[in-house]
Amino acid sequence: MLELNGIAVSNGIAVAKAYCLIEPDLSFEKVRVTDIDAEKIRLKEAFQKAKSELEEVRDIADRKFGEEKAAIFSAHLLLLGDPEMLEAIEAKIDDGWNAEFALQETSNMYIEMFEAMDNEYMQERAADVRDVSTRVLSHLLGVEITDFSRISTDVIIVAEDLTPSLTAQLDKTFVKGFITDIGGRTSHSAILARTMEIPAIVGTKTATRDIVQGAQVIIDGSTGKVIMNATEEVLNEYLEKQKKSEEERQLLEKYRSLESVSADGHHVEIAGNIGKPEDVELIIENGGDGIGLFRTEFLYMDRQELPNEEEQFTAYKTVLEKMQGKPTVVRTLDIGGDKILPYLKLEHEMNPFLGYRAVRLCLDQQDIFRTQLRALLRASIYGNLKVMFPMIATLEEFREAKALLLEEKQKLIEEGIPVSESIEVGMMVEIPSAAVIADLFAKEADFLSIGTNDLIQYTLAADRMNEKISYLYQPYHPAIIRLVKSVIESAHQHGKWVGMCGEMAGDEIAIPILLALGLDEFSMSAPSILNTRAQIAKLSKSELVGHLEQICTLTTANEVEGYVKKYLLK
Amino acid sequence: MKKTYKITSSEGLHARPTTLLVTAVTPFASEVTMTYKDKTVNLKSIMGVMALGVASGSVVDISAEGPDAKELLDKVTEVIISNGIGEEC
Repeated sequence: MLELNGIAVSNGIAVAKAYCLIEPDLSFEKVRVTDIDAEKIRLKEAFQKAKSELEEVRDIADRKFGEEKAAIFSAHLLLLGDPEMLEAIEAKIDDGWNAEFALQETSNMYIEMFEAMDNEYMQERAADVRDVSTRVLSHLLGVEITDFSRISTDVIIVAEDLTPSLTAQLDKTFVKGFITDIGGRTSHSAILARTMEIPAIVGTKTATRDIVQGAQVIIDGSTGKVIMNATEEVLNEYLEKQKKSEEERQLLEKYRSLESVSADGHHVEIAGNIGKPEDVELIIENGGDGIGLFRTEFLYMDRQELPNEEEQFTAYKTVLEKMQGKPTVVRTLDIGGDKILPYLKLEHEMNPFLGYRAVRLCLDQQDIFRTQLRALLRASIYGNLKVMFPMIATLEEFREAKALLLEEKQKLIEEGIPVSESIEVGMMVEIPSAAVIADLFAKEADFLSIGTNDLIQYTLAADRMNEKISYLYQPYHPAIIRLVKSVIESAHQHGKWVGMCGEMAGDEIAIPILLALGLDEFSMSAPSILNTRAQIAKLSKSELVGHLEQICTLTTANEVEGYVKKYLLK
Repeated sequence: MKKTYKITSSEGLHARPTTLLVTAVTPFASEVTMTYKDKTVNLKSIMGVMALGVASGSVVDISAEGPDAKELLDKVTEVIISNGIGEEC
């Protein structure tokens, strides 16, 4: 039995076999060979193995995701059977080179050829050639490569880190949880785990080194504990715990259909954050009052070109229709930082979080932005749409973004396309400069939504992905409390509502303070909704307000946390 | 033996039509090539055909040589017409 500890980022207990995602080492030496025939046989064998493997992958993909997703593997099989490619590789072996080098040289030639073609579609084929040749190379070297699509039994994924696009490929039917070496509570994989409602533990530092492929693993998403090859006693203990947490969940059920209201009758909105249209189901299942954050960048990820207007329109329309008139806040594209789109070919930056991202990029590359705005406007008639812009630092940015929205709206009206007349236009408050002058923004924006993940990182000047300084990720830091307080007060003075869509909105310690400050909308990952509603139902806002003055005199995050735990948790 | 075809599918010889053609001719014993704009490639090579980048409206020559050349070209014509890839000139 082996125990590891990490950061618990998504609740629940899972027991399954470990599936280690290891970046394979495919390095090799370029060497001369003397036995040409033997080298060719080695090559053919690697091709044959790659072929059977791909056939298997294709069949699994076909069963699991349907013919359309499987087609990519059929195309790969055809590339693998290409006689010209095989001949070219063999010609290089005839020149006396080893199979690995001959393969790489040949596939690089095709990759360069496809990449050089003046046709986006053909350029994408370069990735297919690369994929196929990596597969053959792995067999030449006898190294196993990992493949999410081949997972067909219950597993817990073990990886150094999961990129957003990898995480998005995870199939909840088989993936029961995941463990990573790096990352923190607000890393994207953590947020996605909560959205998917699967337990996850990040920042274990050594999971990929210590956990053995296929070993039985227990993860406890509430404590951050990982146990490999547990004794029967320990295993039973966790199975019991798993059963209990399921029972607790059922207890929360009664809050699903109740209104979000405090013990003394103060109404708030408890909404959900989503990343993909299908996540709406989770928000509805958990009784969310609306959507406080629809992160649209996922429409742009995991693909080779920008999504067109029609595609985006369909996605927004689906979400709005499913929400049946409940408030739905859509955030416009927030790309850059740790979310990169390979096809946009952005320059590498020293400080991507302080760089060319979100609304900055959208105002510069207006074609991209206008397409999204048009799609949103066209979808607006299908529900209660509110649009907000991310990473606003100056009033000019907000004005310009809003002006573009109004311009596109006017164009659509002239084209005779219906657009809702009641779309609220707001912004994220996640940069300290915007928080400080929230009163000026509140005059022009219909609402403000505080993005605490970035606001905390920017206010404390602490990279939230850097584990060495994770102690600086302090939601209860007096500076954060003061900023949030001032944003809410400023907005209310101008009759505007304020939401919060960062992790803090669903945080047990923060909730009493936010309720006291008068936050109107709390938006969080789906599984936190019922807990938050249950917590708020037990709190009295007027009583909490009485504590505010005292809380504002506290000097450190620890004092704030201690105070809330002592007096305000019921 | 040679036949000439005009490609009419809207995207030219993209993955789907190319896949259909390559899959159809591969089982034949004869050698088969496609010529487009003075470039000739093996029609059994998907990468070769895709690399030609045949656009919609272009004319291509397909030549076959070998024991089953006639059957092969008949099959090509059938695949091209029944899948709306193009027409024989």
